[in-house]
Amino acid sequence: MSIEWYVVLSALLFATGAMGILIRRSPVVILLCLELMLNAGNLALVAFSRMVGNQQGQVFALVVMVIAACEVVVGLGLIVAIFRRRLPLDIDELRELRG
Amino acid sequence: MEAVLFFIAAIGALGGAIGVIALRNPFYGVLALIAHLFSLAVLFLLLTAAFVAAAQVVVYAGAVMVLYVFVVAYVGGGTESAWEPIPGQRFLAPLLGIALFVELAVAVLSSSLLALGHDGPHVNPGFGDPAAIGYLLLEKFLIPFEASSMLLMLAAVGAIVLAARRDPGEGAARGSSEHSSEAPAERSEDPLAAPAHAGGAPS
Repeated sequence: MSIEWYVVLSALLFATGAMGILIRRSPVVILLCLELMLNAGNLALVAFSRMVGNQQGQVFALVVMVIAACEVVVGLGLIVAIFRRRLPLDIDELRELRG
Repeated sequence: MEAVLFFIAAIGALGGAIGVIALRNPFYGVLALIAHLFSLAVLFLLLTAAFVAAAQVVVYAGAVMVLYVFVVAYVGGGTESAWEPIPGQRFLAPLLGIALFVELAVAVLSSSLLALGHDGPHVNPGFGDPAAIGYLLLEKFLIPFEASSMLLMLAAVGAIVLAARRDPGEGAARGSSEHSSEAPAERSEDPLAAPAHAGGAPS
């Protein structure tokens, strides 16, 4: 199986995640779409690692998974804090910082 | 055989991704993301990244998604409003997504990447197994490994600080005497204190 198929699939998944971030309004779903984009980057990293024949790209993919876990933890903590304060869970209504 | 597996996993990954952005209920979105992650693990196995695939299934589809399920169950689904701050956002966003995909695909496929060889070089059977990745992590990439573990710990502490139950209204509603003395000190350092909304006790 040719490697560029994996890269094109990774681009497709990344574009899908970006589209989800543009469309959806719930912060939980936006975090899920961020996961999609990070995983698309992971797929590209592993595909390039296989293409070059070097395992270091897989270590990069593992570090990206760690970053994703941190992002999930902090993001979900923020969502829980927003929910506790009875603010609307809608990114278009949480616009006080925009002025 | 490999092509068949690739296309099955690719369709699964793409279907999961579309499910995440299309399903109304966030709980179903989380389930679609789990399907997506499993399909990606199959793709990683096809790319001879056994340890990354195992970590994907165990850590990602297991632990992280359970966290998502708990939070979705806690905050509830909720319906998204139909109000659009930018006119035509529902039509512009897919166009921008398609444009991004076309741009990425052109950028990748028109580069010199195709000259690197189609199926990749031949690799020995130990490529990407836990022993090899472990050697890399603990010898060559020891500093990034420790830095990422430090980052994980900081994220856990930050999440506890963010989501800790210490609303001013909550302390008043509980009415316990040992909390009343330390409540003002905690309130002053609350980064997310919202005085206008702190009237009611949270659930």
